[in-house]
Formats: sequence, structure tokens, C-alpha cells
Amino acid sequence: MSAEATQSPSEYISHHLTHWTVGHGFWSWHVDTLLMSSGLAVILALALYAAARRVSANNAPTGFASFIEFIYDWVDGQVGDIYHGNRSFLTALAFTLFTWVVCMNAMDLLPVDLPGNVAKVFGADHFRVLPTADLNGTIAMAIVVLLLVIGNSIRAKGLGGYAHEWIAAPFGPALFPANIVLNLVELLAKPVSLGMRLYGNMYAGELLFMLIALLGFALASGLSALSGTLFVAEILIGAGWAIFHILIVLLQAYIFMVLPIVYISMAEEHH
Amino acid sequence: MDINATFIGQIIVFLILLWFIYKVVTPMLAGPIGERQKRITDGLAAAEKGQKDLEEARGRVDALVRESRERARSVEDQAARRATELVEAAKQNAQAEGARIVETARVEVGNEAQRVRDALAREAGTLVVKAASQLLGREVDAKAHAQLLDQLANDIARG
Repeated sequence: MSAEATQSPSEYISHHLTHWTVGHGFWSWHVDTLLMSSGLAVILALALYAAARRVSANNAPTGFASFIEFIYDWVDGQVGDIYHGNRSFLTALAFTLFTWVVCMNAMDLLPVDLPGNVAKVFGADHFRVLPTADLNGTIAMAIVVLLLVIGNSIRAKGLGGYAHEWIAAPFGPALFPANIVLNLVELLAKPVSLGMRLYGNMYAGELLFMLIALLGFALASGLSALSGTLFVAEILIGAGWAIFHILIVLLQAYIFMVLPIVYISMAEEHH
Repeated sequence: MDINATFIGQIIVFLILLWFIYKVVTPMLAGPIGERQKRITDGLAAAEKGQKDLEEARGRVDALVRESRERARSVEDQAARRATELVEAAKQNAQAEGARIVETARVEVGNEAQRVRDALAREAGTLVVKAASQLLGREVDAKAHAQLLDQLANDIARG
């Protein structure tokens, strides 16, 4: 906070809510989001590969491999509860979503100013460390889920059957305009709510960390009874929120894992 | 919340990660885990079968022990009966033998008594002849009176 002491609180917040952006208009890129998500994806892939290599049928799993195996087994069980069929792809999808989203969400637990200050060393003015607090990050996953829902519907019902459902369900072919509108809303509501839910939760969590960090600003104007109390309050509230946030990190990742599986298995049902 | 080209990059990152996990990581996990689960299931089934076999064997052993015990008891009974029979037979034999000995002894004693009686009669005859000759004052001619004497002796012996 001392580094930002020259900023006003509103400047501090808006600075922390600005992405490291390259380009203009639609063709601008959030470098921080892309860096963090792909970097975490690489680390995650390597870690999973290293763990999976040590899993064998002959020995009991140990250490990190056991941990990964436990998560895989749990995810597979969750998918198996929802989807009754060959679930190898859905398990991989759920496993990817859960582990990757947990990794990205967990970045929120880093101290608010640390990533920005590290990025400054490398010449970046802004750095938002949380890819899931960027709507682009969550909507991207939601769009892939949407495509999988559509693809799975077509695979299960055939192109004709799927098209027929658009026209004929739920009110019958005579009311096809209403059916199309309703189906469109139903189809789009899923990825939008999915992406917005994760984005909103993580964005709010991140913002709260920033607001808590503001409590320490008083210290910049000198040590007094008030500024000391606020500083202690910042540490206590920040720690409390961080501990509670662990729950949100895992819970939101869990929701983001389960809902796509529910959507995709629902897509196979005939209307 | 500005949507821009970033989401295209995010989709690509997501698809690459998803492909890697689907093609590389999950098969590496699913294979051994499935194999291990199969082994555990088989092991449990084998354990259950073993348990059942054991129970069966235990039942068989029980039946065998019961049967053996019964057989032993019947053998014991038989032996006891046989022993009783043997003792009984021995007793009867002994009694018969004893009776036979007694009978023999009795016959022998009878014979002996007869013999003694005969000897006594002869002795008595001789004495009578001696006494008679003394009374008559002359010697009885044994040869002349042999018939008489023999008859006398017989009379005495007959009693």
C-alpha cells in the first residue's frame, strides 16, 4: 500500500481494475488474463502429467499423485452421478474445468498488490492476476460448453431431430416462432449464466480484497491511534476474507464443473 | 466488463488444455485406476468365495467329526458287548470244565471206593475162612472150597 500511497482510494481501485491491454476496440487483448490463464494451464498440464505418470495399477498411489488421483476419482464420480453413458470425455471436461478454474480462482488469494508490483518490474502498468474475474475468461469457457451442448444434441438426435426440436418444442410446430425464441433463450441462458456467475463471484471477491486493502491507506498519513487500528483491522479482515474466499474459490470451480455436465447430459434428452 | 478479442485467446487456451487432459492425462489415470479397481473387486470376490469355501469346509469337518464320534461310539459299544460275551463264554467254559473235573473225580472216587470195597471183601473172606478153619479145627482147603470162598467174598462185597 505504501507504494500506492500517492494515489487516492478511487484511483487505487480503478488502477487495480484495469487490464494490461494491447490493441484497440474489439481487437484489444488482455495480456494479463491470457498470460495468467495460459501460464496456469501449462503448469497445471505439467503437474497433472507428472502426477499421472506415477499412477500405476500395481502400487498404492502416494503423495501428489494420490491427491490428483483422488480429485480425478471424485470428479469421475460426480460426472457418473449425472451422466449415464460413456463418460470419458465428460470426465476429462469436468476434470479440466475444475482443476483449471481452481488454479485461476486461487490467484485471488495472492496479496492484492503483489502481482501488480511484480508486473511493474517487467514494464507493465496494469496487471490483473485473476483470469476468472475477466468476463472474457469465463465466457470463453462458457462458449466452448455451449458448442458442446449443441454438438451433443445433434449427435444424440441427429441434425433433423435437433432442428425439429427448435421448431416444434415445446408448443408444437404451429407456434414455431415462439418455440424458436424460447429455445434461443433457453440455449443462451446457460452459457451466459455460467460465465457471469463465475465472473461476478470472482470479481466481487477481488474487489473486496481491494477495499480491505484501502483500510491501510490511513497509515500513509502517519501513525496514529486511528491509522494503527485500521491497519490491524485490514490484516484481520483481510485474513478472514481470504480464508472464507478459499471456500468460494472451490465452490465456484465446483459449480462451473457440474453445470456444464448437467447441460450436456440434458442436451441428449428428447423433448 | 468489456468483451474483446481476449476471449478468442481464452477459447484456444482452454481447448488446448482440454485436448491435453482428454488425450494424455485422463487415459493415464483411468487405465491404472480402473485396473486397480478391478483387482480390488476381484480380490473382494475371491475373499468372499474363500470365506464361503471355508464355511463349507467347516461344515464338512463338523459332519466328519460327528460321524467319526458316532462310529467310535458304536465301535466302543461293540467292543464292550464282545468283551461281555467273551467273559460270559469263558465263565461258561470254566463252569463246564469244572463240572467235568468234578464228574471225573466223582467217577474216580467211585471206582476207588469199589476197589477198596472189593479188597476189603476179599480180606474179610480170607479172615472169615481163617476164622472158620480155626473154628473147625482144621485147615480149609482153599482149593476145595474156592468156589464157596469166592461166593462168600462176593456176598460180603455185595454187602
